[in-house]
Amino acid sequence: MSGLLDSLKTGFDALPAAIVDAQGLGESRRRSLAQAFADGLPGPRAERWKYTPLRALSQRSFVDAAVAPKLHPAFLADIPAPRMVFVNGHFDAALSLLTDLAPGLAVQPLSQALIGDDLRAVNVLGRRFEHADETFARLNASLSFEGALVRVEADAKIAAPLQLVFVSTPADGDLAWHQRHLLELRENASLTVIEHHLATAAHRHLGNHLMHVHLKPGAQLLHARVQDEDAGATLIARTDAALASDAQYRRVDLELGAGLSRHELNVALQGKRADFVSGGVLLAGGRRHVDTRLGIEHVARDTRCDLLWRGLAAERGRAVFHGGITIREGADGTAATLSNKNLLLSDSAEIDTQPVLEIYADEVKAAHGATVGRLDAGHLFYLRARGIPEAQARALLTLAFAREALGRLLDPALIEQLSPALEARLASLEASA
Amino acid sequence: MLKIENLHVRVAGKEILKGLSLEVLPGQVHAIMGPNGAGKSTLGNVLAGREGYEVVEGSVSFEGSDLLTLAPEERAAEGVFLAFQYPVEIPGVNNTYFLRAALNAQRKYRGEPELDSMQFLKRVREKLSVLHLKDELLHRAVNEGFSGGEKKRNEIFQLALLEPKLAILDETDSGLDIDALKAVADGVNLMRSPERAFLVITHYQRLLDYITPDVVHVLADGRIVESGGPQLALELEAHGYAWVKDRVAP
Repeated sequence: MSGLLDSLKTGFDALPAAIVDAQGLGESRRRSLAQAFADGLPGPRAERWKYTPLRALSQRSFVDAAVAPKLHPAFLADIPAPRMVFVNGHFDAALSLLTDLAPGLAVQPLSQALIGDDLRAVNVLGRRFEHADETFARLNASLSFEGALVRVEADAKIAAPLQLVFVSTPADGDLAWHQRHLLELRENASLTVIEHHLATAAHRHLGNHLMHVHLKPGAQLLHARVQDEDAGATLIARTDAALASDAQYRRVDLELGAGLSRHELNVALQGKRADFVSGGVLLAGGRRHVDTRLGIEHVARDTRCDLLWRGLAAERGRAVFHGGITIREGADGTAATLSNKNLLLSDSAEIDTQPVLEIYADEVKAAHGATVGRLDAGHLFYLRARGIPEAQARALLTLAFAREALGRLLDPALIEQLSPALEARLASLEASA
Repeated sequence: MLKIENLHVRVAGKEILKGLSLEVLPGQVHAIMGPNGAGKSTLGNVLAGREGYEVVEGSVSFEGSDLLTLAPEERAAEGVFLAFQYPVEIPGVNNTYFLRAALNAQRKYRGEPELDSMQFLKRVREKLSVLHLKDELLHRAVNEGFSGGEKKRNEIFQLALLEPKLAILDETDSGLDIDALKAVADGVNLMRSPERAFLVITHYQRLLDYITPDVVHVLADGRIVESGGPQLALELEAHGYAWVKDRVAP
C-alpha cells in the first residue's frame, strides 16, 4: 500500500466535517479521494509518467500543514504589492499586500470563498478527473482548501503585476499541501501575474498545485512562473488554461529548483484567433528531476501557439520535456511552432525530450524540433579568440541559451526582474561543475 | 613581432602546413596569397589557437615569447586578433555585452583597469563613427541576422575596438561586394600604424588594391614558395596560380 496515499487519507479523515462539506463539496471530495485510492499513483507503465518515476515518493508519508508558520517579512522584501502570500499552503494575510487594488481586480483566498457564499469556489472545485493517471488532480480535488482566486472584470487593464508567492519553510515533519487556483479574465481584460515558488531553508515538503486559467474573448494575460524551490522539495503542478476567441496568453516558466518538479501545462485554444506564446527553462542540476509536459490543443480556427523551451541538465540532473500539440478537426488556419533545444552539461546528466504533433485539420502550418547537444565549439572559440576566458565564455553562452526563453516575456523590465534568479542558479551549477 | 619557423600543422590527421616560415615586423602589412587548399585558413586558425590544429613541428613566437603554449584568450590579450572568415552568429549574446566582456577581459589580463559602461560606450561610439557603422549593430545579438558584409564589418569594428598588435584577416574579402570591400579596407587602413602589423590572408588580389601590402607571400601546399613586393600580387592576378604548382617541392 502506498505510504503517500495512506498518509494523505489519514489527514483527510481527521478534518472536521464542516470543512470537508463546505459549499456542498463533501461528496465530490470523498469521491475524488476514493478514485485516487482506487487507481493509485501512476506507475512506470503510465505513458504520461514514463520518464518520472514516483516510486520513492509513493513510499513517503506526509502530514497536513495544520498551523501556518510565521515568516519574517524581510524575506519577501523584494516582492512588491499587490501580492498574495501563502506559507506552507496557508494564506498569510499579514504578509500579503492586497489593499488599494486597481479597480476591476478582485483577489480572494480560496479558504475565504469556501466559508462565504461565492459560488466560484464550487465551480472550480467540483470538476471531475476521470483519467486513472490524474491522481494528483484528484488528490487536489479532495484536499484543496486554499488557493488564489483572481478575477479581472471586463475591459479592466491592470498595470501593476499581481505577485502570487508560495513560500515553503521547514516544519516538524514533511508536510503536504494542495492548492487550487483560478485566474479569470473577463472580456478584453488584461493582467500580468508573477508566480514565485520559494523556500526559506531546506525542507522536504510536497506541494500540489492545480491552476485554472480562463481567458474570455479578447483577454490578455502575461504570466511568469519562477519555480525556485529547495532541492529537497517535491512540486507537482498542473495548469489548465482555456482561451476564448482573440484571447492572448503569454507565459514563461523558469523551472530552477526542487528535487522533483512536474508541471503539466494544458492550454485549450477554444476560440478563433486565440493565441498562446510560451517560453520555458528546465534547469536540472545536482540530482534534481524536472519534468514539464505541454498539452496544447487547437480547437478553433486561426489559432496560434509558439513554444520555445530550453533544457539544461548538469551533474546527475534529469530534464524531461514533452511538447504535445494537437490540432483538432476543423481548426484550419492554425499555426503551431515548437522549439525545444537542450544542453547536456555533464556525462551523468540526462535529457528526455519528446515533441509530439497530432494534426487532424487540413490547412495548418506546424513546425517542431528538438535537439540535445553541447555548447557549440565554434561559439566558444569565437568568444575566447576575443579574449574572454573559457569559463566565462561557457557561462555567457549557457546563460544566453536559457535567456532566449525568458525573452518571450517581451517586457524588458520584467525580464530584468526575473533574470537574477536564473543567473544565480546557473552560476551555482557552474561552481559545482 | 611575429616569427614563424618551420611550422608543420596537422588537421584531422592530415598535414596541411609543411614547414612554413615567416617573419612580420611591427608596422608591416604582409599578404598571404595562394590557391584553395594551400593552408591559408589553417595558418590563421593555428595562430589564434583553434582546437583541432595540431602543431607537429616548428615554432611561433610573438614578441619574443612562445605563442603556441597560450590559450586562445591569452593570445587575444597578448595582442593577436583573428578576423574570422566565417564569423559565427551567437543568438542571445548581446553584441555590446560581448564586446565589453572581451575588452575588459583583455584589460584585466594585462593589468589595466576595466572600463565602466560609460567609458566603454564612449569608446564604442568613437570607433563606430570612424568606421561609419550604425549603432543599431550594438543592440543585436553577436552577428545574428547580419548579412555577409555586416559580419565582416563587425569583425573590423572589433579589430578597431580591441586595438591588437597583430591583426590576421582571414579571407575577410570573400563574399563582399565592392562597397563592403572598400569599407573593410578603409577600416584596416585607419588602423595601420608603426606599432601594428597585419597579416592579410586572401585568395584574390582585389583587396590588395585598397590595402597596400609591404610584402606578398605565395602559399602553396603548406609552404611559402615565393615572396616579393606588391607587384607579386599583380603577377598572380595576371597569371593565376597554375605556375605555383611548379614551385612546390616534391
